[in-house]
Amino acid sequence: MARHQVTFPVTDPAEIVKLRAGDEVIVQGHIIGIRDRTQIRIFDQGIEPPMDLTGAFLLHTAPNVRKLGPGRYEKICIGTTTSARMVRFTEGLGSQYGVRAICGKGGFPDEAIEPMQRLGMVYFAIVGGAAALETTQIEEIEEVAWEELMPECLWKFRVKDFGPLTVGIDAHGNSLYREVQDRAREKLEEIYARL
Amino acid sequence: MTAVATDLFASVEGAGAHLYVWALKDIPQDLRDALEDAAGKETSVTGQRVLQTILRNVQVAETERNLVCQDTGIAVYYCRVGERFPLHPARIYEALKAGTERATVEHPLRSNTVHTLTRENTGPNVGFRVPIVHWDFVPDWDGLDVKCVPKGSGSENMSFLKMCVPADGVTGIKKFVLESIVGAGGKPCPPGIVGVGIGGSADYAMHLAKEAIARPVGTRNPDPLVAELEEDLFDLLNETGVGPMGLGGDVTVLSVHVEHADTHMTLNPVAVNYQCWAARRASAHVAADGTVTYERDA
Repeated sequence: MARHQVTFPVTDPAEIVKLRAGDEVIVQGHIIGIRDRTQIRIFDQGIEPPMDLTGAFLLHTAPNVRKLGPGRYEKICIGTTTSARMVRFTEGLGSQYGVRAICGKGGFPDEAIEPMQRLGMVYFAIVGGAAALETTQIEEIEEVAWEELMPECLWKFRVKDFGPLTVGIDAHGNSLYREVQDRAREKLEEIYARL
Repeated sequence: MTAVATDLFASVEGAGAHLYVWALKDIPQDLRDALEDAAGKETSVTGQRVLQTILRNVQVAETERNLVCQDTGIAVYYCRVGERFPLHPARIYEALKAGTERATVEHPLRSNTVHTLTRENTGPNVGFRVPIVHWDFVPDWDGLDVKCVPKGSGSENMSFLKMCVPADGVTGIKKFVLESIVGAGGKPCPPGIVGVGIGGSADYAMHLAKEAIARPVGTRNPDPLVAELEEDLFDLLNETGVGPMGLGGDVTVLSVHVEHADTHMTLNPVAVNYQCWAARRASAHVAADGTVTYERDA
């Protein structure tokens, strides 16, 4: 399992293709915070996001913030939510907007594997609940759009040494979650046989 | 009497507010120990990466005085009310609700409570029937114990109920718990505490599962038969290889707590309520004169 540093947004697809399920990744640059209602607005209500998502790293989050002034917010505590609820947006994010990485906790179900492979995307697993640490790795909230969806707005964060993340699903059709489930199901059969 | 009641109301409100924020920032020692133990046992690379990050996060929360997890949860309180405690439970509820609201506004904390149908926010972590309070009444006593367990949604969404039949027996109970935790995978932020409620009725089994997750990590049920089930489930769940954050590994759960009630001869209910690794919990004792004593590890 290799260790990588990747700066987002990425311009070279090779930066994503080189990552393999299980690898450790530290992220630099800019990442975009997004959540259920944000994506419902983009895809179900057909409203164009007012931020460029080309080559972007999306984080499943709804942060605790303090308002400083119009459109200006200070971080209090920023952590990551369960990704599985939002898996159906994966294809659209990649094909229509050029998103290259989605990061959350708990993993994506199998339906994300095919579009991620086809579109050259990855899923990064963060440690759920480790928000105090994550907050220190977010240097600044640079931009907020769709404030009326608070806290499920579109957030632009500048990050430094964001991670460690684990590649949960890579762009080659591998999913750690699928592998873990397959092994666990086998194990369960063995356990049931001796109960 | 009015003056005394007002002071007590303020004491309970203050305790509720303090416990909510405290629980979110400073996790109990038994949980810290369990996480350290887990890191000592884990042999997978990804599992170690997750557990070391968790331990670092607990430290950072302390030094930065920040929340351990951004999910401020749904506020759940457990009250043990002495029969001679001079504030009626109806007023205790109002005081805890006021405390939850105050903590949310003053800190400030993210407000999570919404109307179930409209999904519109209902206020600072309060709403219709929120916060949620579990009640226990104690004869021949004049005190009040309050425990606050802010419950995150990632783990609460991984709650499961099955009405097993009597012929399914203990094996049926074990299979359902195993199936539930493997199915949940990384979603509830493992390794955490698996709360299991067995017996009673459908609703009561889930109530008991929620009581179970509020116990200090690794405590055993006083009934030896139930304690044996706790140990068995703990070993079996850690054989599944789900691992920290569901990325594979040796440590899938920190502990299994089972609470039980007797049941109908044709019932065999089993409920699972998961508590994430950030099993936040803080307690206080309110004396009849309004004096509040805080205890993190109760």
